[in-house]
Amino acid sequence: MADSSKVTLLDSWYSPFGMRVRIALAQKEIEYEYKEENLSDKSPLLLQMNPVKKQIPVLIHRGKPVCESLIIVQYIDEVWNQKSPLLPSDPYQRARARFWADFVDQKIYSLGKQVWLSTGEAQEAAKKELLDTFKLLEGELGQKPYFGGETLGFVDVALIPFYTWFSSFEHCGNFTMVEECPKLVAWAHKCMEKESVSKTLPDLKKVFDFLMDFIKKQKANK
Amino acid sequence: MESKEIVKVVGFWVSPYSLRVEWALRLKGVEYEYIEEDIFNKTPLLSELNPVHKKVPVLIHGEKVALESLIILEYIDETWKQVPLLPEDPYDRAMARFLADLGEKLFVNAFMALCSEGDEKEKTLKLATEAVEKIEEELKGKTSKFCGGENMGYLDLALGWISHWLPVWEEVGCMKIVDPIQFPSTTLWMENFLNHPVIKEKLPPRDKMVIYFQWLRKEMVSQIAKYGPNGAWAILKLKSPPNYR
Repeated sequence: MADSSKVTLLDSWYSPFGMRVRIALAQKEIEYEYKEENLSDKSPLLLQMNPVKKQIPVLIHRGKPVCESLIIVQYIDEVWNQKSPLLPSDPYQRARARFWADFVDQKIYSLGKQVWLSTGEAQEAAKKELLDTFKLLEGELGQKPYFGGETLGFVDVALIPFYTWFSSFEHCGNFTMVEECPKLVAWAHKCMEKESVSKTLPDLKKVFDFLMDFIKKQKANK
Repeated sequence: MESKEIVKVVGFWVSPYSLRVEWALRLKGVEYEYIEEDIFNKTPLLSELNPVHKKVPVLIHGEKVALESLIILEYIDETWKQVPLLPEDPYDRAMARFLADLGEKLFVNAFMALCSEGDEKEKTLKLATEAVEKIEEELKGKTSKFCGGENMGYLDLALGWISHWLPVWEEVGCMKIVDPIQFPSTTLWMENFLNHPVIKEKLPPRDKMVIYFQWLRKEMVSQIAKYGPNGAWAILKLKSPPNYR
């Protein structure tokens, strides 16, 4: 049933976790108020709505907060269940989708950070593991246009925001995604044909510049 | 929908992750065959069933294989509709999933506190206690016996390890995480959980757990001394702690 109560999203423009929620909201054509958070100066609203982790994204619906991006995406899918389902209806397919989304969560952020910030052997090991992760995902994608099959699904939404990080991995790890993981690059371009994705993901160069700056500052602090 | 396909659980006798899957099946009255996997000597079967992570538990249902314990709980709930585990309301479901995730962070920190010393122990102990504070806040003021209400649910199964594993870790690690005076609601919930007939008959023996965790703690302390906190996970043949982010 369509729910017309107010929806607010606390987020940061460059956060891939926030992008997941924005894509889900766009897929479902849900109107919402977007509030940009400065993570070095968190708003009282964020601290009140996510006292446990004090992190974005936070979805506020009917005055109540929902935290953790994949939990939020599932919530959106369950409340606005009439349009563009993100999870399949079959329990086994749902378990598989949750598994691969969880796999993305377990691997990409932490390995990506290591590729950015470490050097020498540690960086090589992280790069290898990151590429293995992408290749496993390519295996799961198989011949399908999307992880969700013919339409964008839960795993697509979980993974596509990290497309904005591809060039930073390439730069720091000294490789190209199109050589190492051509299927994944093709999949990313296919996702970008969807308005819910192309209008949500920020400009790739803007993200790249932001990340390079972040990496420089992190390395200087060490 | 009732399902007549054969159900198997591949687990490890002292893993709370595999126990929670068994508890869920037992609560729903689903018959299953249990296959013990020695996680220190992993079999080809496990690599075949879970090539990505090579971890227990694994749920086999006919031709289907489900992985990751909390994901398995949702699969079980969606496949066998009797004795529902997750609440119906989407917001309550989101809260249950969020608190279950918090419970996983508590697990990692409490385990690290068990296996480390000095500053690292202090740091992880503090993080573990903070997580229990959040759980206490949730349970405070609840008049029902369990997180799921008068009947046990998903969140009880996700957090249930606290009632049986944490006291063992506290003993072996000479530390206190769930102080009954500081956390009365959590302490009461732990008692209710342990006294539930399904749980009571499926808990690993405490004396064996003490011996196991004493051994594991010794190994981990020596690994951490050699390789640092992250390197120590290799002893469990894991590249990173379970559900580590």
